[in-house]
Amino acid sequence: MLLRNTYVNWVRRMVEKFKVRMRELDPSERVNNFEEVALGYTKEEAIAEANRCLQCKHKPCVAGCPVGIDIPGFIKALREGDIEKSTRILKDANNLPAICGRVCPQEKQCEMACVVGKIPGSEPVAIGRLERFVADQNISLETTVKPSVNKRVAVIGAGPAGLTAAADLAKEGFSVTVFEAFHTAGGVLVYGIPEFRLPKEIVAKEVEFVKSLGVEFRFNQIVGRTIPFEEIKSEYDAVFIGIGAGAPRFMGIPGSNLNNIFSSSEYLTRTNLMKAYLFPMYDTPVKIKDRVAVIGAGNVTMDAARTAKRLGAKEVHVVYRRSEEEMPARIEEYHHAVEEGIVFHWLTLPVEYIGDINNNVTGMKCVKMTLGEPDDSGRRRPIQVEGSEFIMEVDMVIEAIGQTPNAILKAGFSTVRLNKWGNIDADEASGRVDEGIFAGGDIVTGSATVIEAMGAGKRSARAIKSYLLRKR
Amino acid sequence: MHAVLSKKRIAPDTYDIWLSHPDIYRYAKPGQFLIIRIDEFGERIPLTIASAEKDRVRVIVKAVGKSTYKLCAMHEGESVADIVGPLGNPSEIEKLGTVCVVGGGVGIAPLFPVARALKSAGNEVIGILGAANKDHLIMVDEFKPFLDRLYLSTDDGSAGVKGTVTNPLKEVIADYTPATIWAIGPMVMMKFVSLLAYQNDIPCWVSLNPIMVDGTGMCGACRVEVGGEMKFACVHGPEFDGRLVNWDELIKRQYQYREEERLALEKYVRELGEKDG
Repeated sequence: MLLRNTYVNWVRRMVEKFKVRMRELDPSERVNNFEEVALGYTKEEAIAEANRCLQCKHKPCVAGCPVGIDIPGFIKALREGDIEKSTRILKDANNLPAICGRVCPQEKQCEMACVVGKIPGSEPVAIGRLERFVADQNISLETTVKPSVNKRVAVIGAGPAGLTAAADLAKEGFSVTVFEAFHTAGGVLVYGIPEFRLPKEIVAKEVEFVKSLGVEFRFNQIVGRTIPFEEIKSEYDAVFIGIGAGAPRFMGIPGSNLNNIFSSSEYLTRTNLMKAYLFPMYDTPVKIKDRVAVIGAGNVTMDAARTAKRLGAKEVHVVYRRSEEEMPARIEEYHHAVEEGIVFHWLTLPVEYIGDINNNVTGMKCVKMTLGEPDDSGRRRPIQVEGSEFIMEVDMVIEAIGQTPNAILKAGFSTVRLNKWGNIDADEASGRVDEGIFAGGDIVTGSATVIEAMGAGKRSARAIKSYLLRKR
Repeated sequence: MHAVLSKKRIAPDTYDIWLSHPDIYRYAKPGQFLIIRIDEFGERIPLTIASAEKDRVRVIVKAVGKSTYKLCAMHEGESVADIVGPLGNPSEIEKLGTVCVVGGGVGIAPLFPVARALKSAGNEVIGILGAANKDHLIMVDEFKPFLDRLYLSTDDGSAGVKGTVTNPLKEVIADYTPATIWAIGPMVMMKFVSLLAYQNDIPCWVSLNPIMVDGTGMCGACRVEVGGEMKFACVHGPEFDGRLVNWDELIKRQYQYREEERLALEKYVRELGEKDG
């Protein structure tokens, strides 16, 4: 009791400047398992953090949220102890709050706009952690679904965009069928993001919520391959395409087909979706090697590197051609990786893989880089330093350098207009592609974030609703 | 869930299995494959479609690893959890004149729909079927109605000519100059058929079945070098011109998980033993 009081007092003292810290598994312990690293707030911690919110009238945080959650509203209900009301406010705008509370880059969205964070030396309110806390209380709500409208909508892909669009449309009374390529729903939430960052049990619970709204799921269906897109188009009154950025990008340097070189998509799909981290209890294997290099510096790079560590790699090296400053990964994920002993090699570019007689990779020829003038992305362009070649000895490589549109898109959706990057050419505000056809998420924007895909799903659901009601 | 409707042993460790599926038959074309996941713990196994009829689909499976053993050990009435298909691009079937189809071992099964389609497209179809021995030579009678000529070969000479399929193939090339060759079988067989085709300047389709995970173009596990470019067998194939395939690399890639496969199989056999004992 005494200890607890001391703790609460400590929290109170810190309240003004800093976020209430979230407890985490110790790095030395967690590198040996796949348990969730961030442990979440207790009720006391959550209320202490909620008390830091200024309840601004102009709500700049809401404008920073791609799905427009009434953030001061849910925080107010939370600090008044009304978790049910808080949950209702969250779920009004966001069908998957337990997921967003864990994987959203809040520092670039709601928390970036937070007024508390603008006070010199102060951190913004930990909106993401509060969202997670409320969602994790698992308050089941009486979900209000409007009376049936007798219009059918097909949603292609059960990832963040598709699940959001499906849930919003079901709430409006439309009959929604989701077509999913895998045997389970979630898309990148189940095949990409590892268990230690987003437990699959949480995803399953959020999917259950979507099902509870009356959404029907058809698994193992690859529209454009196992079912013609034209058939879906003729059978449904509207279609939402949210199939994600489907194909891995490879650097394409010599030696790319050596053994033990993987795309991050393969490595993570084996580990997460197929549960290879539990091999041989599960049948799908994943390679375990001693010296692993992961190429890139995004969130997926961190996920792959931290997964390799947990699977038993002695050394994991992240290799990135730009510097720490340009790294696209969330700072929190980067810190977690550093704590877990991942080694970072900035301004380094692999130019060739070296293999042995059995076609197994044994090393990478790398060059050092320097930064020149800014390029199209506004980041300083990396330039090779002449004569800087060196060999990095590795026995496994994971390329985590992004994705391109899936080949099935071109062949199976031949009537859908594509842009110059091969993504679907959709209107930004509504996701409209064509009469009755809408699209959103990575297949429109290229690789982006879970919440951006959810925002797109939400905008399209709104546009589909007005399209169908007009058509009636 | 998809029920095992029938299962028949047609060669040592090789089974002819029909599974229930509501709509694969509506879309399946020769050359395409499906992916099966047996249960919650299962991996995704790519298998070429041998044929498809209303509400059911047929695969010929040879038990070589844990998953295929498990599948072959299933009884009629039991079910597999997931079937995805048809996947991959269909074979390019057209009237070419005289064509030759070459099947080796369990690769004879996926060759069957191709041969049948080539025959109904009006081609003169010459078939060469080969296996280790007479017992492993499958589906010969089923092929006969769709072949104008049939050659058999076995490694030990217990049926047809002794040796590999390339011996009768040399004869066929010399006597009939086929317009195109289709070859499905072990990688090494496809490699040497492709080499003969290259030497004789004949297009040669091979069906590749490399290691896959999703089978939908998402992961790149099945990547293969074809004509100097990186291709994914699952979405760009599975059929490629064998003359352009980097066989040596592909064969080595095929052995990547040998150790893990051995481990999984040993554990499975041990568990079976415990159950029986």
